[in-house]
Amino acid sequence: MPSTNDWINNPLGVVEEMFGASQNSSDSGWEAKVTEFFRQRLMEKDAHTWVPSLNDVPLHYLKPNSLVKFRCLIQDMFDPEFYMGAYDTVDPSTKAKVLRCGKYKDVTECGVDLDSANMVTSERQTFYCVPIPGESPWVKESYASTCQARVVPSTSYVPSRQKRSYEDDDEDDMDTQPQAQGHAHNAAAEAQGNGDSKRQETEAPSGQKASSPPLDLNFPLPGEKGPACLVKVYADWDSFKLNDTMEVYGILSVSPALSALSDQSDTSSSLILDPAECMETAEELRVHSPPASLVPRLHLIHTQRLAHNNPLLPPAALEDSAASLASTLGEMVSVRAELLAYFTQLLLGDVLAAEYLLLHLISNVYARRDVIPLGKFTLNLSGCPATAGPAYTEQLYCALQQLVPSAYRLSMTLQNMNQLRLVPRKDYVANRLLSGALQLAANTSLYLDETQLEQGQLDPAGVRNITALGNVISWQKVDYDFNYHQMEFPSNINVLIASEGRSLLPSDCHVHLQPQVTPPNMEAYLGSALTAQSSSQLNKFRLYLTMARTLDYSISEEVTKAVEDDFVDMRKDDPQSISADDLHSLLGVARLLCLSLGQSALSTDAWSRAKHIETLRKSRSEPQGCLNGNEP
Amino acid sequence: MSSPMSTPGGKRGRPSNPSTRNEAATSPPAQRRRGQPSSNGDLPLMPTSPPTDMPDPLQDTSLFSSPPHLHHFLPSEVDMSSPLMYGTPSSRVDGTPRSGARGTPARQRPDLGSVRKSKQVDLQSEPSAADGAAAAEQPAGQRLVIWGTDVNVATCKEKFQRFLQRFIDPSSKEDENSCLDLNEPLYMQKLEEISIVGDPVLNINCGHVSSFDAELYRQLVCYPQEVIPTFDMAVNELFFERFPDSILEHQIQVRPYNALKTRNMRSLNPEDIDQLITISGMVIRTSQLIPEMQEAFFQCAVCAFSARVEVDRGRIAEPAVCRNCNTTHSLALIHNRSMFSDKQMVKIQESPEDMPAGQTPHTTVVYAHNDLVDKVQPGDRINITGIYRAVPMRVNPRQSNVKSVYKTHIDVIHFRKTDEKRLHGQDDENEQRLFTEARVQTLRELAAKPDVYDRLSSALAPSIYEHEDIKKGILLQLFGGTRKDFSQTGRGNFRAEVNILLCGDPGTSKSQLLQYVFNLVPRGQYTSGKGSSAVGLTAYIMKDPETRQTVLQTGALVLSDNGICCIDEFDKMSDSTRSVLHEVMEQQTLSIAKAGIICQLNARTSILAAANPVESQWNPKKTTIENIQLPHTLLSRFDLIFLMLDPQDEAYDRKLAHHLVSLYYQSEEQLEEENLDMAVLKDFIAYARSYIQPKLSEEAGQALIEAYVEMRKVGSGRGMVSAYPRQLESLIRLAEAHAKVRFSDKVETIDVEEAKRLHREALKQSATDPRTGFVDISILTTGMSATARKRKEEITAALKKMLQSRTKTPVMKFQQLFDDLRGQSETAITKDQFEEALKALCDEDYLTISGKTIRLAT
Repeated sequence: MPSTNDWINNPLGVVEEMFGASQNSSDSGWEAKVTEFFRQRLMEKDAHTWVPSLNDVPLHYLKPNSLVKFRCLIQDMFDPEFYMGAYDTVDPSTKAKVLRCGKYKDVTECGVDLDSANMVTSERQTFYCVPIPGESPWVKESYASTCQARVVPSTSYVPSRQKRSYEDDDEDDMDTQPQAQGHAHNAAAEAQGNGDSKRQETEAPSGQKASSPPLDLNFPLPGEKGPACLVKVYADWDSFKLNDTMEVYGILSVSPALSALSDQSDTSSSLILDPAECMETAEELRVHSPPASLVPRLHLIHTQRLAHNNPLLPPAALEDSAASLASTLGEMVSVRAELLAYFTQLLLGDVLAAEYLLLHLISNVYARRDVIPLGKFTLNLSGCPATAGPAYTEQLYCALQQLVPSAYRLSMTLQNMNQLRLVPRKDYVANRLLSGALQLAANTSLYLDETQLEQGQLDPAGVRNITALGNVISWQKVDYDFNYHQMEFPSNINVLIASEGRSLLPSDCHVHLQPQVTPPNMEAYLGSALTAQSSSQLNKFRLYLTMARTLDYSISEEVTKAVEDDFVDMRKDDPQSISADDLHSLLGVARLLCLSLGQSALSTDAWSRAKHIETLRKSRSEPQGCLNGNEP
Repeated sequence: MSSPMSTPGGKRGRPSNPSTRNEAATSPPAQRRRGQPSSNGDLPLMPTSPPTDMPDPLQDTSLFSSPPHLHHFLPSEVDMSSPLMYGTPSSRVDGTPRSGARGTPARQRPDLGSVRKSKQVDLQSEPSAADGAAAAEQPAGQRLVIWGTDVNVATCKEKFQRFLQRFIDPSSKEDENSCLDLNEPLYMQKLEEISIVGDPVLNINCGHVSSFDAELYRQLVCYPQEVIPTFDMAVNELFFERFPDSILEHQIQVRPYNALKTRNMRSLNPEDIDQLITISGMVIRTSQLIPEMQEAFFQCAVCAFSARVEVDRGRIAEPAVCRNCNTTHSLALIHNRSMFSDKQMVKIQESPEDMPAGQTPHTTVVYAHNDLVDKVQPGDRINITGIYRAVPMRVNPRQSNVKSVYKTHIDVIHFRKTDEKRLHGQDDENEQRLFTEARVQTLRELAAKPDVYDRLSSALAPSIYEHEDIKKGILLQLFGGTRKDFSQTGRGNFRAEVNILLCGDPGTSKSQLLQYVFNLVPRGQYTSGKGSSAVGLTAYIMKDPETRQTVLQTGALVLSDNGICCIDEFDKMSDSTRSVLHEVMEQQTLSIAKAGIICQLNARTSILAAANPVESQWNPKKTTIENIQLPHTLLSRFDLIFLMLDPQDEAYDRKLAHHLVSLYYQSEEQLEEENLDMAVLKDFIAYARSYIQPKLSEEAGQALIEAYVEMRKVGSGRGMVSAYPRQLESLIRLAEAHAKVRFSDKVETIDVEEAKRLHREALKQSATDPRTGFVDISILTTGMSATARKRKEEITAALKKMLQSRTKTPVMKFQQLFDDLRGQSETAITKDQFEEALKALCDEDYLTISGKTIRLAT
């Protein structure tokens, strides 16, 4: 049996061993055995933390063909490809034939016998994966710090690229003192020996790359960093959906032979009329086989779907770990009070707005009835002090970003609206899905800053962008543009709109901010509020928000009855006062209120409280006018 | 020297020629071809070749100019490729896999172009004979099969000829067979057609082959690249036997289509490699024409000796030594004397309907060759039949490792556009969705249930509570009536689509209903009245940025042809926009005359519109017209107008509350159990729409007449008309739609009953005169109820009388007169009514109004 280090540093060895064994014993199913083996290994107590992560270790520090993990979102799905699952190689000198396994590899051994009868053609699927868009810095840090894999860079090597792992002190040291030989080598140090030479190889094309135009890695959000990855999936690829988030464990492949450029350079020299050459445009080639040094290939062995992206919670579904979290559940009420106080401070003393902000942050589309998404709770926070300029909305965003696992602030300036690509579009020339800012993972907070909107004209693209935002808010769907047709993808995005007046976009709930305090220096005021929170306090909040979102919820018979009675009574008094839509939103608020208190069933108390805050909220927005009932 | 036989004929080369070679490495049958090109050169000259050596240069020059003296050579050439050639062993193999021979051997008249071309083709067939797999089999006799397959050429040929001669398909529905006699052998008629029309392509429906000879079909699907050439041979023998005098540009090519394995792109897997497949998809990109070299022409720089080298697996072996003067490395490639064939890369993408949710569509590369180039445009929906290929990545001698990935593509044999018929076809019957037997069975079972109508209507938008009748109306709209054609009698088409208008209070989930419908139907469009312009609905002219041509871009109404166009906020639409709907909603066409394009497009769309009342709340004291302020000309085009009002009733409220609360805690599985699956509903509707065409039965017709007469009678009793022929047509449509729900081919009395009920319900809601409480259709047709009209006349008369009584003061104040009239009358008179009366008198020239003063006309 291979040792612990073997399966991380040399997973292909394990694969080949099992492949070889299966050839002799003629029992098939070695593939299942491989995945089972790795699954078992990763299940072992924090074994998964020993696997280096592409997210926080620069690619050139990783050993080719070792097991790595990558936390990502499926941005695009390429066409399936056929590969040589098994093939014979012929030694040119001895003419001896050896059967090889082609699985989990991009490149074959030399001397492939193309006419062999043992050749097996198999199919695999390629996904283009990017790091989770808008992932908050605290999430990255937290993941990086739990990762115990220490990958030590080659000491003679000075990284030429500016891609840095975040605040990894160990590695910082390494970089500043590149000559520091004999530095504390740990776990993975043995791997060094053969790793060095290979690493040099993989670096070569990256240098060459620098001269050609930079490759667009197609991240959904502008200004994102991090590696993109081509993940090769060998089984069960139909179960993956676009925009799924997951942590993949796979074998890293960075062979320079994979780069499209290297291919092109040697074809030009010979007189070759290979139809495979003209099959794709140059752009398509660039996109589908980018240099492996920029976009490594990952041969997937094991996946862990991420139900949430909060490093403070175990990644598995919450039911399994309910017991360990029982203590947190008990604390929920007190944490809620603290969080509410914090929000009240941020929202200039407005308790009601703070309450709604809290409800908004734990909302989640938990079901869809035909076209209606249930559980969405778009909040429009109007009356944001505009005098302070963008400072207020910006700092509010910073505060929220510290609490949620992923967030994105979209400043709705006219320029942004007209020029940003919000909706993903299929680029048929390069044959890929050009990402847009609305291609977000589930439960991402989208913060729309409408205070930035100025007068001017929206061009057609701008109108489409606004429509797309409206669709996300009302139906939680994004119609991806496939040029000849549109395709609808469901989304689950928490949209928060900060505006001065009522937003031009629809929303589920509109709260007008009523500041109780007017600090002379807004920036300083918020800054101090932000820094006042200790990191342990923040962690509590983070844990709380994720927990509350994933709780189960039900309504008992009696409460149903009570709600019905209540509704009928209200209608009796004044039929205009409450409509079916109002009941809808009331039920939504009540549900979130219960969850925020850690309760999993609706109580009459919570119901009356929901009614109470709804009345308060409505009384606020009424003077603002806008009684036009035709608004959705 | 290279054989002179390998003349420019390669131009007509069989489509997949080069790629076959490339793929040789993986397909065993092709392996024998490997060493051939080199041996080609060493072959002793064929007996027929000497004469061609001479014309050769001439032909080549003729590429640039066509010297007249070329004619002199023609007779000999024609002789050489005379009928004798036909059927000789060498021509036999011109049907060998991928052989370049496509010329009709001989039988030409001295038509210069075709003669030359065919001769070349013919000549070329000979070297390629040595090249073919079948040739290898030849000397060994007929027993043998083609290497690597179980196909015996002779048997296969014989079988196929029998198929052509005997196959009769009396049940054929295909449009292309429409002019053929169904009781005669189908393909013999097609051959006859070829002999007349001269288009040497024979399309063969694989379904026919399969039903005639399953074994032959299996061979065709498994070994297309061996079997199709055999078919070619067979068909040519047969054809020239039967029509010995016909002239064809080249030999007939067999193009099979509809391989029963029609499948989704997603289900292609390694087992399909080298098989004949048919897949459907949408063209997303076509490349420029790629000239692909079939044969390279080399000329020696020293002695001008020329050599031709055929392309082998994408490579050309450049001759290192000139065989004439023995100079090394003196041969240079002459591009414009080399032979190329046309090739085009087409990318197709899965059609959106075939895709699982949440995934992106797959794409496949397709190569079209020769005359199939430029047959399709981006955006076309097509079925392609072709051979699926996988090519290993080229082995680079300088690189020790190779990628272990294959490139896949399809070599097209046949294109078939699936949406072509929509342009001229009567309906989309041909575009039948394929339902599996099991699916049809479940649908039929469902339709047989007595409560199918209620089941379906409750399955429609289950999240929206109540409004049963509205849902039923929408359900009938989804099914639509039967299309009738009266163009013979000069009335054109009758509208089969049902139009529905929903109006009512805000917040009564109208938009949700619209969204639901839009998501349910395959060809639905959703627009909002506020956001759409007339051109957005109809069509607009655009300059194509690439071609600089003006192109017609169709709008929502045209796009939803055969579907449903959902228009939200109908009331907020501008009048000019709404006016385009008049034509669409009755004539079902859209006439366009702009930028030099005058045309009429089909817009057989049902319209589902939602409108809000003008005063934001529905005013029960006003009529529908007054409430939504829509022109009655438009309103009368809606079959059903529903009011969605808040019923404001306790029991209803309670049920509503319960319904909503349950939404919030039931799990999704629970919800699905309760209701019909949306997919089933979709299929049910699609099936009924395409397969069920109910006709009115005798009794149903009688019932309709009675219903209509009754409706007229109801009104006439009170001095008003409560029904117009348009209402009768609506009734018929609704009854037909209801019959479709039952999967019945006959409209029966129960259908009429339901249509009547629904129509009455809708009328009751929308055409009730708020003053009298009676149903009054004239509200919709004239915009004013009969009582209102009567009242207006009374007031006018009273006013006139009052004015007549005081003729001495020809000028009076508006307000004073109003007060006087009110004092005089027993019933209350509103200012509006007074103004209307004044206006009526003004129209009679009895008085003139200027500002606030009224002057009697003298």
